[in-house]
Amino acid sequence: MSHTRSLSALAILAALFATPVSAKTLVYCSEGSPENFYPGINTTGTSFDANSQIYSRIVDFERGTTNVVPGLAEKWDISKDGTVYTFHLRKGVKWHSNANFKPTRDLNADDIMFMFERQWKPDNPYFKVTSSNHSYFNDMGMPKLLKSVEKVDAYTVKVTLNAPEAPFLSDLAMEYAGVQSKEYADAMLKAGTPEKIDQEPIGSGPFYLVQYQKDAIIRYKAFPQFWGGKAKIDDLIFSITPDASVRWAKLQKGECHVMPYPNPADLDAMRKDPNVTVLEQPGLNIGYLAYNTTKKPFDDVRVRKALNMAMNKKAIVEAVFLSTGVPATNPIPPTMWSYNKSIKDDPYDPEAAKKLLAEAGYPNGFETDLWAMPVQRPYNPNAKRIAELMQADLAKVGVKAKIVSYEWGEYRKRAQAGEHQMAQLGWTGDNGDPDNFLNTLLGCAAAKSNGSNIAKFCYQPFEDLVQKAKTTSDQAERTKLYEEAQVIFKQQAPWFTIAHSVQLKPVRKEVIGFKLSPFGRHTFYGVDLK
Amino acid sequence: MTIEATHASPTTKAPPGPPHPFAEFVSYFAANRGAMIGFGTIVVLVLLGIFANVIAPFSPIDTNTQAFLKPPVWQAGGVAGHWLGTDAIGRDMLSRLIYGARLSLLIGLAVVALSVTVGTVLGLIAGFFRGIIEIAIMRLMDILLTLPTLLLAIIIVAILGPGIVNALIAVATVLLPHYVRIVRATVIAETAKDYVTAARLSGASNLRLIVKEILPNCAAPLIVQATLGISTAILDAAALGFIGLGAQPPTPEWGTMLADAREFVLRAWWVVTFPGIMILVTVLAFNLLGDGLRDALDPKLKR
Amino acid sequence: MFRFLLTRVSLVIPTFIGITLLVFVLVRLIPGDPIETMAGERGIDPAEHARLVHEYGFDKPVIVQYGLYLARLIHGDLGRSIVTHKTVIEEFTSLFPATVELSLCALAFALLIGIPVGIIAAVRRNSIFDQGIMGLSLTGYSMPIFWWGLLLILLFSVQLGWTPVSGRIAVLYFVEAKTGFLLIDTLLAGDIDAFWSAVSHLILPAIVLGTVPLAVIARMTRSAMLEVLGEDYIRTARAKGLSGFRVVTVHAFRNALIPVVTVIGLQIGVLFTGAILTETIFSWPGVGKWLIDGIARRDYPVLQGGTLLIGSIIMAINLAVDMTYGLINPRIRHQR
Repeated sequence: MSHTRSLSALAILAALFATPVSAKTLVYCSEGSPENFYPGINTTGTSFDANSQIYSRIVDFERGTTNVVPGLAEKWDISKDGTVYTFHLRKGVKWHSNANFKPTRDLNADDIMFMFERQWKPDNPYFKVTSSNHSYFNDMGMPKLLKSVEKVDAYTVKVTLNAPEAPFLSDLAMEYAGVQSKEYADAMLKAGTPEKIDQEPIGSGPFYLVQYQKDAIIRYKAFPQFWGGKAKIDDLIFSITPDASVRWAKLQKGECHVMPYPNPADLDAMRKDPNVTVLEQPGLNIGYLAYNTTKKPFDDVRVRKALNMAMNKKAIVEAVFLSTGVPATNPIPPTMWSYNKSIKDDPYDPEAAKKLLAEAGYPNGFETDLWAMPVQRPYNPNAKRIAELMQADLAKVGVKAKIVSYEWGEYRKRAQAGEHQMAQLGWTGDNGDPDNFLNTLLGCAAAKSNGSNIAKFCYQPFEDLVQKAKTTSDQAERTKLYEEAQVIFKQQAPWFTIAHSVQLKPVRKEVIGFKLSPFGRHTFYGVDLK
Repeated sequence: MTIEATHASPTTKAPPGPPHPFAEFVSYFAANRGAMIGFGTIVVLVLLGIFANVIAPFSPIDTNTQAFLKPPVWQAGGVAGHWLGTDAIGRDMLSRLIYGARLSLLIGLAVVALSVTVGTVLGLIAGFFRGIIEIAIMRLMDILLTLPTLLLAIIIVAILGPGIVNALIAVATVLLPHYVRIVRATVIAETAKDYVTAARLSGASNLRLIVKEILPNCAAPLIVQATLGISTAILDAAALGFIGLGAQPPTPEWGTMLADAREFVLRAWWVVTFPGIMILVTVLAFNLLGDGLRDALDPKLKR
Repeated sequence: MFRFLLTRVSLVIPTFIGITLLVFVLVRLIPGDPIETMAGERGIDPAEHARLVHEYGFDKPVIVQYGLYLARLIHGDLGRSIVTHKTVIEEFTSLFPATVELSLCALAFALLIGIPVGIIAAVRRNSIFDQGIMGLSLTGYSMPIFWWGLLLILLFSVQLGWTPVSGRIAVLYFVEAKTGFLLIDTLLAGDIDAFWSAVSHLILPAIVLGTVPLAVIARMTRSAMLEVLGEDYIRTARAKGLSGFRVVTVHAFRNALIPVVTVIGLQIGVLFTGAILTETIFSWPGVGKWLIDGIARRDYPVLQGGTLLIGSIIMAINLAVDMTYGLINPRIRHQR
């Protein structure tokens, strides 16, 4: 190919590229490939995003909120003691079809039973298919919570719990509870290819899967007979683009309409771009640096306080989060009920920090380690860079910190075992309850047994408040208890609270009705294009 | 990988005069413009590396919270003092690049020293003792050569954990087969020659034979391969850094700096451009030098 | 002849077994636990963890695991990915065409430019052109391609907007995967626009991946040509009054081809190493990226199976190059 000819070919291509995507095709530049098409064993938001378009659930979260609304169940009754849930299913819910399978019946109670039993009963023929690790079902405590699930008639299912559980309905609105077709499952079992139902999925959701190519594309079409009415867009495409800068370049060129996880560095340009709106919403999360309170010198609250004052939080958030995060004061996000607004954060004051260190017996500082996650997390875009900034700040008060990192699974395991002195980590809430943060991350139970409390913080006055709040049903009462717990948290300083990340989603102007999910998910039913 | 046979032609005719080997070498080498440029560049880099703490205006890890991601001084928005701008957390680019020279040169030297030493020993053993030992060693080297170098290096780093020393070991392992092959081939060729047989007959020990007679004959090809090996080592170590498995922050290694800079591709050209230029210039300099050395040391290639 | 083939093939078998062993051991040595890696922040219940470890067979002695692995290998079973639960072969075959397509285009780019440039440089030895080309090719050979890729994206995709930033084809084209090679699939589907889209996506990655082979091939061609041009029969041909062009193309180049072909064979391993980096930069859905992801997720079966498959393929190509070489040049055949 001669040089000039290749250039002209390029010019032609450039012209071709300028043509806009056809009117009702929405392209979402997703960040990675889904694990598979069975949400029951998925663990990543990426996989849930890919699956929630295909499947329906008994109940749903209202788009953009944490409110539970009817899904496959039109309505439900709850017994007085809160242990028996009777779900009345919608009639005439149609299934998708594909080359392997044409459904002969509508969705009914058998399919709901299958959803529960596949994840619950080890003797179910599908329990081990693809994977037996139903991690969210287990995490939500379902095996212990469920007493029985019964089919009352073709359209009624009765679930009995061992104890009352207020968030039960919210739990069922989560993606892992997506309903698969029992008829399809039986057919594939007979054909000897049971894993097909997780690779060539049949759901009853708003979109059906047309094509999936690992690391490249997921292609969906709107399902005309969807029980909620056909989606406003005709085609939905996930263009898998792992690199954030590249996602932005594509969005800019109009090659995609919505992108998740923008690079903080690109945000200024995004806000200036007239074709793009940047939607924002504070996320249900916290990123923090935990001091190992069982190890010297961090067993001394003065040392923890001193270090909190030695590190310039504002500079860290500015440099690493840019405008995608707000400096954190409390261990729970400000959007959550019971957030204590009256608490003042520790000031950035290296001189005072030095004094306090000297008081604690470390006038010349000490040597320690500083762990940083090897991966980007929703609550922390770059743990290593944060560690570098902290390291520089700490050096100024004489504390020599060595940055340590492990492979991600190893990292969490070692941190939970308490091998660190200082370690960064974070949390994204599941159901919006403060207990999900204060007890899960800072309670005594979680401090033992390799739990999530990596500060190994077990402080009785704090523990008493949190446990009392857990068993109290009155929300006003609980709020008071949690507010007080946050005061103690700040006094004891088991963490250097870093930031709450803000969920940012650059969306092109032609997209109508896209709503941010508080859980950070992406659903495209109800979204339209100009 | 290196170019196994390059016939760069000397730009001038061999000068007349006494063919003392060293003088001949020097005159050949000095006449090769490319090699001289490479040599000069390396001298500059070495000086930069040695005197980094004197030359560099700032510490490579000090952050300036007043100047995050500022462009070079000649561009609008540049901050005086930060000649080549600052990176995402306010560290001086120029200082990091200068310290990076020290690091990259050390990596190159250490890798080559390691693989030449181990490679020479293995090669001598294989070439001298032959038989089953030779087969075992050479098969292992074949296997190492079969797997793509970067993939192998990545797996090794994954085992040892990311970090500069482990990256160094990984790259050294990957380069090993070349040295083993060269030494073994030379040993086999030399042991067949009369003088070795003579020495053996006169009762010289194996070790003495190796050290006195055989090893010096491997020197020339080893030096050439080692010089070219430095460039490969620097390149591979930077590639590992780029994937996030090499030197860990805040170490100012060029590949790691590039990895950090990737997210700023669209808005801060300086953090992306300069480390790459440094890698390219350094690697190129060693390749020029290696080519020049080969031409000057290997009379068979002089045509 | 038959003996030559036999010895060559028999040499391959121990190497192959060696690779299985090496890969198995290396992969098992990697610290970190795939089950933990999947669990994320929330961690996993120890009992559940133990159950899964048992299910995947990670609790058996390593030697037993290796035996089981070999036994399955003989049946062509490379296991299933721990993350996606698809078979390794299935994943590999769905991604491999992308890598092959990219590599072939890169090689074509290197050959189409490298060979003519090398010939001209040899013919005009020591001219400005020759020196410039040799300087450039050494620069290309020294290029950190991960940086080169970023630069090209910056210039051609971002600044000039001529080429797409990443991926294999614009998402609005729906092409059925018949061969897995998009250049062929789009033509089979008769969709010319889609074909051009695929071409435009290939240009930058192919240039980036082809840069180092291009430099090597240009230098190799030049030196092989110099050698041949100095031979007597070329001088004779010239003396007979054949035109310079004819002598170069017909007589000299044909003979210079043998070493060039060998070098191309040697470049396969280099190409794959480059493919890992190139695929990472351009989000190219090929096996290089797949393996890198496999390491991050501690997906043992993918790492083992993938490395083994790639090692075998490179081995097969080397063998093929060896044998062709032996066929062309009888002297080599009789060496052993």
